[in-house]
Amino acid sequence: METGTVSTEQAASCCEVATCKHCGVPTEGGATFCCTGCEAAHEAIHRLDEAAAFSLLAHDNDDGSYTLSLGVEGIHCASCIRLIENALLAEDGVVGARVNMSTERLTFSWTNCRERGDALAAVVNKLGYKLHPLNDTEEAAATAEKSLLRAIAVSGFAAGNMMLLSVGLWSTGGETMGMATRDLFHWISALIALPTVLYAGQPFFRSAYSVLKERHTNMDVPISLAVLLACVMSVSETLRHGEHVYFDSAVMLLFFLLIGRYLDARAKGKARESASKLLSRLVGIATVLEDGKITQVPIKELRPGALVMVATGEAVPADGIVEKGGSAIDMSLITGETMPEAVVAGAEVFAGTVNLSAPIQVRVSKASDKSLLSEIVRLLETSEQGRATYVRLADRAAQLYTPVVHAMGALTFIGWWLLMSAPWQVSLLHAVTVLIITCPCALGLAVPVVQVLASGRLMRAGILLKSGDALEKLSKIDTIVFDKTGTLTQGKPSLRSHALGTDDLQIAASMATQSRHPLARALKDAYDGALLTIDVEEVPGKGLRAEHEGAVYQLGSRRWCGEADEPDDNFLELWFSVNGKPAGRLSFSDRLRTDAREVLAKLRSADIELHLLSGDREAVAKDVAAEAGIDIVKAEVTPAEKSQYLAELKAKGNTVMMVGDGLNDAPALAAAHVSMSPSSAMDITQNTADIVFQAEALVPVWQALQIARLSTVLVKQNFALAAIYNIVAIPAAVLGFVTPLVAAVAMSGSSLIVILNAFRLNLRKV
Amino acid sequence: MDILLYLIPIALTLGLAGLVGFLWTLKSNQYEDLEGAAHRILLDDDED
Repeated sequence: METGTVSTEQAASCCEVATCKHCGVPTEGGATFCCTGCEAAHEAIHRLDEAAAFSLLAHDNDDGSYTLSLGVEGIHCASCIRLIENALLAEDGVVGARVNMSTERLTFSWTNCRERGDALAAVVNKLGYKLHPLNDTEEAAATAEKSLLRAIAVSGFAAGNMMLLSVGLWSTGGETMGMATRDLFHWISALIALPTVLYAGQPFFRSAYSVLKERHTNMDVPISLAVLLACVMSVSETLRHGEHVYFDSAVMLLFFLLIGRYLDARAKGKARESASKLLSRLVGIATVLEDGKITQVPIKELRPGALVMVATGEAVPADGIVEKGGSAIDMSLITGETMPEAVVAGAEVFAGTVNLSAPIQVRVSKASDKSLLSEIVRLLETSEQGRATYVRLADRAAQLYTPVVHAMGALTFIGWWLLMSAPWQVSLLHAVTVLIITCPCALGLAVPVVQVLASGRLMRAGILLKSGDALEKLSKIDTIVFDKTGTLTQGKPSLRSHALGTDDLQIAASMATQSRHPLARALKDAYDGALLTIDVEEVPGKGLRAEHEGAVYQLGSRRWCGEADEPDDNFLELWFSVNGKPAGRLSFSDRLRTDAREVLAKLRSADIELHLLSGDREAVAKDVAAEAGIDIVKAEVTPAEKSQYLAELKAKGNTVMMVGDGLNDAPALAAAHVSMSPSSAMDITQNTADIVFQAEALVPVWQALQIARLSTVLVKQNFALAAIYNIVAIPAAVLGFVTPLVAAVAMSGSSLIVILNAFRLNLRKV
Repeated sequence: MDILLYLIPIALTLGLAGLVGFLWTLKSNQYEDLEGAAHRILLDDDED
């Protein structure tokens, strides 16, 4: 591979623009490729890659063509889109190909036979983009969101247009507007309202019907009842040439409630990641060496005893023992540790870990469904099932609200009919007004508006809420358990100190730019001078070697660089040698996140109990805890022990938040009351966490806690406002003082107050 | 009040036009990939 010839003199030659080797787009900072997609594409172009049996997932369009949607990883720029789409469209029989950048998915259709899909997927794979299957729940949620949006549009249109007519009705009395005109207005209103209610009310009707069938009740029952009764009542009033109709109230009610419903759906749906992404690592094909012949075997069918070949950059398909070759393995998926582990023949490797530096052959010891990875996933599932179902504040309010409103409506009807001997139509009219005016608008908006504003604000701070009730749960916590690597610390080594001269450092840094090893990257990041162009050769398991101006330079392990003494500290290190003589040592360590001390101090002052839970050695964990200022430390714990620890805390009565990033933390995250993980975490870990934060800093933990507490206060205030409003409005409705105008004003007024109150969230500094 | 015979249908038609327009954009998946659309404008379609 000619990746050695890189133009890295970004400082020296400003007029020479570096371009992507693959797509020719000018790149930043003299990089060889514009994005990892192009880099992988370039590497993979000569390598044959097999795609999994994706075609089984294809949808048969019944006209001889098939459509397949797949998740695709690594799309970063416009040229990635074009590359994939054009490559597919150039194939015979492909009738359509479309990349969706926001959702990172690829949809393509072809004619002929179903199996052709595999070949087409392989085409994309060969370009270097990883494909993975999608799960259906995502699809369903997107469809539901869309239909809500349609319902909002329809009810919004109807509410707006009917308001034009209603304002006319309200602003004139019986004297100024003749009865015929008033009836015309009523009829037009009915004409708009009835289809709208039938269409836009469906989400509520369906939900109400399904709970009634189960002999339960929820908020949608009184909503549906109010809307339907209001319509029936208004139609009869229109027929009787009555004065008051409530079409506009019914439609406006639907409009407000749909907005609340949509915001709620969005909050829940945001950042919904597919859990299948992780397991898709185990869906692929393994290269098996059998009797000197190479065969491709689906990973699922790997049996213990098989000998598999793992190429550089590939994930190890199953747990096993290295039979031949030596390499560095990225174990981060399993342990959360970012330093690759050197393996030689006889070492144990685990499924899902990534082979970094040289091809190895692995003797499979466990079938893939028994691998450590699968076990952790299973553990995770059990923890999630054990998670107590949390009843949201809004649901509790609804449970209280529904029977009260129904009783109130019924009492009003009986009161007017029996006690006041009013005609039943009049009695029913008053009962319906009670149902409309107790309008759950404010109630329906109280939570979602706060939620959306809070999540918007958190989003700007780089914090993503993944579950709708995360904020509410977060506001209740009194204990935080931190993982060490990647959570309290940055999770990647950084240069601590070095003993090199300026020239040597420049050469070492220039060599380091051409390796993917974490220490080399740390060196590159730490060095800010000009870089040289050097041809570098990577010696697997040892380091980098380069010849430059007649001298041979080596950057790598202690022994390889000719240093014989043993190290006297625990720091990670690189050695640099010139012509075989050691020239100096560079030491690295995983530092605390820059603001960790400060944030932890703030949390402690907010009376939050802090724990540190680490799979690392006791001494290292204690050091980090002391530096960060955490008193309670538990080290050398397995994933199972971590979730056990969380369960014990819970049993003691603590409400715990877990913050962690490794796959080994995932079960603990699921076991916690609420959980958070940095965006550098493994997919599955992010999936499990309720909240994901993006930042080098730890301050999001503090910000999220503050905003959660604030928004819970606001939600409660909103409920109080809605209650006060009802206390005033209900007697008026029961006594029959409410006209359609009063209902409309009261309804929009209460909704507006709740929304304005929610906006106070943006005023407070955190 | 004859003016109402014109104004009401006009108001309703305009509103309806807006609604239909929105539903059309929704149906033709124009909100599906807002990020991708921003990038696609950079592509040169005449090339192929």
